[in-house]
Amino acid sequence: MKFDFADQQPKFLMLMYGLVAFVLVVGGLLLLLDVVPAWFARRREAQLVAASVGGGPLPRRRKQREGLFAFFFLLPTLLLLVIGLVVPAIRTTLLSLMDGTSTNWVGLRNYGWMFSDDSIVRVLINTLVWVLLVPLVATGFGLIYAVLVDKARFEAVAKSLIFLPMAISFVGASIIWKFVYAYRGDGDQIGLLNQIVVSLGGEPKQWLLESPLNTLLLIVIMVWIQAGFAMVVLSAAIKAIPGDIVEAARLDGVSPWQMFWQITMPSIRPALIVVVVTLTIATLKVFDIVRTSTNGNYDTSVIASEMYNQAFRYGQNGQGSALAVFLFILVIPVVIYQIRNLRQQREG
Amino acid sequence: MTTATPTVAAGTQKTDGTPTTTAGRVRKRLNSRTATLVSIVIAVVWTIPTFGLLVSSLRPEDEIKTTGWWTAFTNPQFTLENYQQVLFGRSSSSGQLAGSFINSLAITIPSVLFPLAFACLAAYALAWINFRGRDWVYISIFALQIVPLQMALVPLLKFFSTGVTLGGVTLMPAWDLVDEQKFAQVWFAHTCFALPFAVFLLHNFISQLPGDLMEAARVDGATHPKIFRTIVLPLITPALAAFGIFQFLWVWNDLLVALIFAGGGDETAPLTVQLAEMAGTRGNEWQRLTAGAFVSIVVPLIVFLSLQRFFVRGLLAGSVKG
Repeated sequence: MKFDFADQQPKFLMLMYGLVAFVLVVGGLLLLLDVVPAWFARRREAQLVAASVGGGPLPRRRKQREGLFAFFFLLPTLLLLVIGLVVPAIRTTLLSLMDGTSTNWVGLRNYGWMFSDDSIVRVLINTLVWVLLVPLVATGFGLIYAVLVDKARFEAVAKSLIFLPMAISFVGASIIWKFVYAYRGDGDQIGLLNQIVVSLGGEPKQWLLESPLNTLLLIVIMVWIQAGFAMVVLSAAIKAIPGDIVEAARLDGVSPWQMFWQITMPSIRPALIVVVVTLTIATLKVFDIVRTSTNGNYDTSVIASEMYNQAFRYGQNGQGSALAVFLFILVIPVVIYQIRNLRQQREG
Repeated sequence: MTTATPTVAAGTQKTDGTPTTTAGRVRKRLNSRTATLVSIVIAVVWTIPTFGLLVSSLRPEDEIKTTGWWTAFTNPQFTLENYQQVLFGRSSSSGQLAGSFINSLAITIPSVLFPLAFACLAAYALAWINFRGRDWVYISIFALQIVPLQMALVPLLKFFSTGVTLGGVTLMPAWDLVDEQKFAQVWFAHTCFALPFAVFLLHNFISQLPGDLMEAARVDGATHPKIFRTIVLPLITPALAAFGIFQFLWVWNDLLVALIFAGGGDETAPLTVQLAEMAGTRGNEWQRLTAGAFVSIVVPLIVFLSLQRFFVRGLLAGSVKG
């Protein structure tokens, strides 16, 4: 066995540096926050003494000190957000107006390319299919399951099993499903899907090579991962429906069907919206599944994976940035909708 | 998010058990039994792909490649050879995942701690310190969740590789990191990307703390840092745990950020990057892929299963407001 623990030492050393840096930064900040007010308190005292001796106006510092505290509490977050998100987002927007090497301005040409290049149009259509299907199917399934499992025996275990894929990385999930989709031309099938097809008398297929079927099969992976999230949130919402409403409806002799549409659905509407919106955003940014399963080949690429390919594999910063900006534009309305809903919920 | 209160569940269960007729009672029981059965069947189906991978990863190489994993029940042959190979294998083609496992750890731990600390400081300030423009700062941070991290990748990479110059003056030199030093870049990137959501989530918790408590402490002359350390931090431990688990799963499972900021070298690549690589170049080496996938899954699964309660609480705080 070649693995030698000593080789790993630099990594642990680096990790230790990281932890030391953490302690220094956070500890330093807290210390600073303790020292600063003490200093101000002393100064205020001195001013008070001076004022009482000299008869000048009493100093007013209270307001400013609050602001100063807030500033130090917020400092690391704001600094990192500006460096890590705000400035880069602005730069990316500018880069999207430049050519591949980021030297010449090309105006909106990258955006024109996006909508005229056949392979990229294909990418946009794929993304649309993803965004339409994943939230719909995952939420629908999560809802049905949440209703079904509500008050069933073994509820906790059954829910955990559905929820479990949330913990698995997209890469891990892709490998799990690649194995389900695996294909053997001759002899026994090793992939579950082809085995089922064969035992039903069908021909085994190379599932991931066949467009447009392969995109749908990748979507299955995403649904498999996300349905548990939808189920957990919706299940909590269902349980939060006041018991007396349900009871009153029961006394009125409402059928389960009516109960679902007239009591359950309206009550969990806010949760439903949140789930759909969250899943939509997650789906728009999906990258790992496509990259691990097909690397974006065979007509399966989506915006997020194409952006990576353009910017980091083909060295086309301009086109990659344009795709990123387009992704940003797609996300904005979804998030605004969510913010408005959250506000209404708080007021209502 | 005080949702699943036991009193509600108990109340509805009582009404369940009181259909008037015997026939009604039988039907009721049958119904709930069907529902239970169906939900268990679905749960099992949901788990089969993962289970198949686990079974496969324990089978000998030629068995995996020639027969389906379900045949292992009639012809059981199990071995840990695959794990030996992917973890400690001689050649680099085997994955040598033991090293990547350590990379994943080294990347994840600081990437969880930094945003956690910064975000709860910021969330406290936004919730309990009065200053001008507070709402605006909060809304701006919240809105930054919109920015897909794809938008930050190219400039941030440039930030690390060439530094910052403004009008010919170097404000920050290039980082010029090599090998495992690149972990610092990944920590930095993950911390930045996590902050908007972290502040949002922790703000939800912190702003719900009882105001009387803060007021009393203020009257007693406690300063903000003191209140933060002695009152707020102990009270929001469950929220910190919730976000900690979130961030842990997210960083451990991340592919994109690691791919760009850690590079693909054995020195720095975490499990996800190595696995994605293996799936691409050696897609038919199922004995390695299955075992490798399990190595990468096992830590988040343990974290998830043992801390599920906190995770769900965090999830609900972020989405369903009671």
